[in-house]
Amino acid sequence: MNYEELLTQITLSDDKFIILTAENRAAIRNLPKILGNRFIDTGITEQTMVGISAGLALRGRIPITHALASFLTMRAFEFIRTDIGIGQLPVKLVGSFAGFLSEANGPTHQAIEDISLMRGIPKMKIFCPSDENDMIECLPKIFDYNKPVYIRYNNLPALFEHKPFELGQAELVTEGNDLTILSYGMMVREAFIASELLSERGINARLINLRTLKPFDDEIIFKAIFETPVLITIEDHLKKGGLYSILCEFIAKNKLSTDLEGIALKNRWFKPALLKDVLANEGFTGLQLADRIEHYLINKGSIYNERS
Amino acid sequence: MKKEEITSLHRTAQNVREEIIKLTAGGGCFIGASLSCVELIVYLYKVFLNLEIQQLNNPERNYLFLSKGHDVPSLYSMFTELGWFEKSRLLNHLKTNDHIYWHPNRKIPGVEFHSGSLGHLLSVAMGVAIDCKIKGFTNKIIVILGDGELNEGSIWEGLLVASAYKLDNLIIVVDRNKFQANERTEELIPLEPLADKFKAFGCNVQRIDGHSFVEINNAFNSLDFNSHKPSAIIADTIRGKGLPSIEERADRWFCKFTHEEIEDLLVELKGGDKTQLSSETIIAR
Repeated sequence: MNYEELLTQITLSDDKFIILTAENRAAIRNLPKILGNRFIDTGITEQTMVGISAGLALRGRIPITHALASFLTMRAFEFIRTDIGIGQLPVKLVGSFAGFLSEANGPTHQAIEDISLMRGIPKMKIFCPSDENDMIECLPKIFDYNKPVYIRYNNLPALFEHKPFELGQAELVTEGNDLTILSYGMMVREAFIASELLSERGINARLINLRTLKPFDDEIIFKAIFETPVLITIEDHLKKGGLYSILCEFIAKNKLSTDLEGIALKNRWFKPALLKDVLANEGFTGLQLADRIEHYLINKGSIYNERS
Repeated sequence: MKKEEITSLHRTAQNVREEIIKLTAGGGCFIGASLSCVELIVYLYKVFLNLEIQQLNNPERNYLFLSKGHDVPSLYSMFTELGWFEKSRLLNHLKTNDHIYWHPNRKIPGVEFHSGSLGHLLSVAMGVAIDCKIKGFTNKIIVILGDGELNEGSIWEGLLVASAYKLDNLIIVVDRNKFQANERTEELIPLEPLADKFKAFGCNVQRIDGHSFVEINNAFNSLDFNSHKPSAIIADTIRGKGLPSIEERADRWFCKFTHEEIEDLLVELKGGDKTQLSSETIIAR
């Protein structure tokens, strides 16, 4: 089942769901003829679309509201914060082409601060599926959750089987005690490839697919900190404000001490290109990540010294 | 409209203005913009909306969104006239033990949605209007905008969409008091010809005296709800209406007055002498 089929099924089975888009139809091309007046395209008007979503939610609807992640979270930020956030309305904000998925569009389209912005809104939840199957597995519970949620849309094909989803629970993808890799969204696929390669090199990584960054799965992180000597976050987001920041706050808040390294975009936009070239150019392919992680462990002079 | 009804509406408006004036005590309030929309608020709640506090959950009821949220003293004062709100509760203005502050809070029954950030509630009202249309209801959705608020691009963006979706159940009322925070609109960001602008954006437009109950009533009675177009009523008003010492003064936007000044203003409202105001106006923007 793909995203559009899921939306079709959900909206046809329950008329409280209503679909909006600011002329971002890539994933929902067939819905207008299926849903009729429950498909609302407001044109290129992200602010108005978010305001309309608030009004629909006041009427008991659950709007599933689509736009490119950069324009949804930035152009309409104050509408999200003020109407959806203060109002605590159950609008589902679906941002597409976030992070590296904007590919060759250039920095105007690069939502690499969307997590930072959305998590700054009190009680806003954040869901970042790692691939299409993960998205389809989790979305029914996300849609039913009666609060605002930001969804970082990602329909890349899955590389591994996913476990069932509970809101606030991360997914333990691979077991391992040499280090923990934490990631979310489309970078989980590359992190998965990296963990496989590391395993071939005798390094057993525990890979965690966060799924929801808010709520954050405290339990799985406590375990990772206590059971593995190194934590590495991987994200297609600015280093400030994303998962690395969340971990820093978590560690400080709980007065823990651990070795935390963040692989993220550092204070700049990325070079636009097709996805595989973006990944290679930024050092984010599975192979490059495996190498970077291995070098990090070696340079640290940690337990892996004998390997150098 | 019968003469007695008009007299009664004027009496209510007078009461609402008295409460607004009293709210300038302590921390003050946006008195000018609150006084300009009193007749509109009074007419809508007393005549047009047909709303009961017990019916707020009725999906087929009418709605009134206050997008220019800083005129909330007029709304709360109206609620006291309707009996939705104890008059004594207004003494909680700006107190942390209640929810009555300078902009509307949805926790107060009757407030449709929080506002204060300008340019928001047109689109929120449109969401409600769209849902009512989908359901086939004939209820009406009203949104009151300030004229200064029309500087916001989201208003014009919203009008494009309201027009595209043929929201003829949507009534946009502009409180055209000709001031924005500190300046006259026409001297800062001119809006005229305003009716032409709304027409060009696809609305049925009427322009009326926003202090005349007869004109307000005629405008609402002549709305066309089958025109496939949203309606816009531009209500020419006077900021600070009812108080000559405040009317038409650019520096009387947000005011806090002493108890003596408030006593004098209440006398002035009833036709007494112009108040000698020595309190400074606070520039809150």
